[in-house]
Amino acid sequence: MTDISFYLTLALYGVTTLLYLACLLRSTPCMAGLARKLLVAGFLAHCLAVIHRAIAAGHLPITNMHESLSFFALSIVAAYLYFEFRFKVTSLGSFVLPLVLLLVIGSSAFPSELRPLNPALQSAWIYSHTLLAFGAYAFFTIAGGVAGMYLLQSHFLKKKQLGTLFQKLPSLDTLDEIGYRCLTFGFPLLTVAIITGAFWAAQAWGSYWSWDPKETWSLITWFVFAALLHGRLTTGWRGRRAAWLTVAGFLIMLFTFIGVNLWIPGLHSYN
Amino acid sequence: MNIIVVGLSHKTASVEIREKVAFSPNSIEQPLKALLGLEGIVEGVIVSTCNRVEIYATTRDIAGGVGRLRRFLADWHHLPYDTLEPHLYSYHGEAAIRHVFRVASSLDSMVVGEPQILGQIKTSYGYAAEYGSSGIILNRFLHKAFSVAKRVRTETRIASSAVSVSFAAVELARKIFDSLSDKTVLLIGAGEMCELAARHFLTNGAKQVLVTNRTFEKAQRLAEEFEGQALPFEELFDHLHKADIILTSTGAPHFIVTPKDLKEVIQRRRMKPMFFIDIAVPRDIDPAVNELDSVYLYDMDDLQQVVAANLENRMQEAEKAEAIIAEEIVQFAKWIATLEVTPTIVALRRRLDDLRRAELARTLVAWKDAPPDVEKRLDALTTALVNKILHQPTTVLKRTGQGNRTDLYLDALRALFDLELGVDEPDSPLELEEPPTTP
Repeated sequence: MTDISFYLTLALYGVTTLLYLACLLRSTPCMAGLARKLLVAGFLAHCLAVIHRAIAAGHLPITNMHESLSFFALSIVAAYLYFEFRFKVTSLGSFVLPLVLLLVIGSSAFPSELRPLNPALQSAWIYSHTLLAFGAYAFFTIAGGVAGMYLLQSHFLKKKQLGTLFQKLPSLDTLDEIGYRCLTFGFPLLTVAIITGAFWAAQAWGSYWSWDPKETWSLITWFVFAALLHGRLTTGWRGRRAAWLTVAGFLIMLFTFIGVNLWIPGLHSYN
Repeated sequence: MNIIVVGLSHKTASVEIREKVAFSPNSIEQPLKALLGLEGIVEGVIVSTCNRVEIYATTRDIAGGVGRLRRFLADWHHLPYDTLEPHLYSYHGEAAIRHVFRVASSLDSMVVGEPQILGQIKTSYGYAAEYGSSGIILNRFLHKAFSVAKRVRTETRIASSAVSVSFAAVELARKIFDSLSDKTVLLIGAGEMCELAARHFLTNGAKQVLVTNRTFEKAQRLAEEFEGQALPFEELFDHLHKADIILTSTGAPHFIVTPKDLKEVIQRRRMKPMFFIDIAVPRDIDPAVNELDSVYLYDMDDLQQVVAANLENRMQEAEKAEAIIAEEIVQFAKWIATLEVTPTIVALRRRLDDLRRAELARTLVAWKDAPPDVEKRLDALTTALVNKILHQPTTVLKRTGQGNRTDLYLDALRALFDLELGVDEPDSPLELEEPPTTP
């Protein structure tokens, strides 16, 4: 059952991604409404898959790479759906959904067998710490996508290349607004995730902060987004350089989330 | 029944001619009534805009109807027919359908894709419907034209891009600011283009206009016109940070705004984007400001290139629109054809069936010692025979659709069988269904 809904999710995300890309690249009006309906269907199937797995495993399914990537994708889709309905920006989906699809495909490439929960993870902290982190990651991912679109649109405007893609992308102000929203949602989430992580670490490992690679890299991520938010609040910092830093922040976050687990062994490695 | 179109447009007549034959919407009732008074004209709609005057009508007699409409246009406006005649065009059948679909879709407009024409035709149709001059065919025809126009609008990008410099500026601003409703426009210098662009920004929702000029009185006069605020030219850089959209057209021989000037302005604006539109030649704004983060500069050449590209794009989109129209013509022509074919077939079937019943009754009355089931058998036999006879002509008529041959067949059938077509003949498709033929 978990498998069926997982593959259904994969198929729906695949079709949705194609539709969103077609919307972006074709000059004639497209099937944006259909794409959105399919995305919602994919999201529901995905929720179902995650819930099934949670019931089968007896805990939140975020304890190995297969589960984490899938859960990360789910969080991104949830955040994206909020922005799509709030701001009516279909073109954002064309940038975010390919990543979602890649994550789900990536997730399916990792072994998916259920294993008993590592004793160190058997704590109520797992919910607050990880759910907050996933929320922050989802918003930063949207922020990264929006920043990329901002750079593209700003490039088109500066170079006077006003083609189909230019027409399809939203205005700079809209992109800036969404990016700022993501920052104001994501940053507090990450802050609290790090703090709850520290408390949990004190319980599980006996120390609040041990410079574990995951901790170090999440602190770097935190500093990048703190700098962005600080600049925005004090001097109104925005524009292309801020967008570049947002993209950099997103890539660092991606490394914190995936790279550290895959390549740097540390306290956070439970596989 | 045939649809005919007679009229003239910006393509065939100068404005001096067009204004002479224009119909005023305030007194459209009389000409519409007069139209129906013409011999052979069944329904009529008059479309009168500054670029075209056209009459859409239905008639059985194409040549006569067209001739009378052409005369009508001249006579109604008391013009000698000979002066009007060379400017008139007329269409019938599929050409007429194509023409009206193209006009409604703005393919025949002076600026292809301009949006007003559809509304104008809707209004004209509204008058015709109000005064009862449009009937079953024109109602359906014009509604079809509206839906075709809508299809063209949504399925092609024919009207999606600006084709004037000042409107192109507004479109670009929308890609930077999204909504213009809280934006301030600053005019530096005076110039027709600049004023026009400022007016476009205001009608598209801009909040406020600031005006500055080396001659302060000129700035004041212009500010009054826009209900804005005049600023002394010397204080330009004290106020520049308030402006989101800056239009410049001074006669200054050198740049009046350079990147250096903007450093402080950008800070005061908290880095919110600025959109400079430099219409002056020689230019007023140093092109290097375009390199600054959050500053976007377009000069006259840039805007004209945008317009040229958009125009070319419209032409390409127009080809797609023609394809859509061709598709819709086929469908509508089919409907018109069935409108004619169906009642004829129904009448023909009725005529043959009446004959059959009459003959059957006569035979049975004469046949005294007929076996008990003979009535049933004879009834089945004659019904089958009528169906067999009608089968081929019905198929042929339904297949040919609209065209000269169909008209020929229909006329022949009506004459040969002396068919009476009721005007309010219900063309119920049920009656067209052939009864199952008994072997």
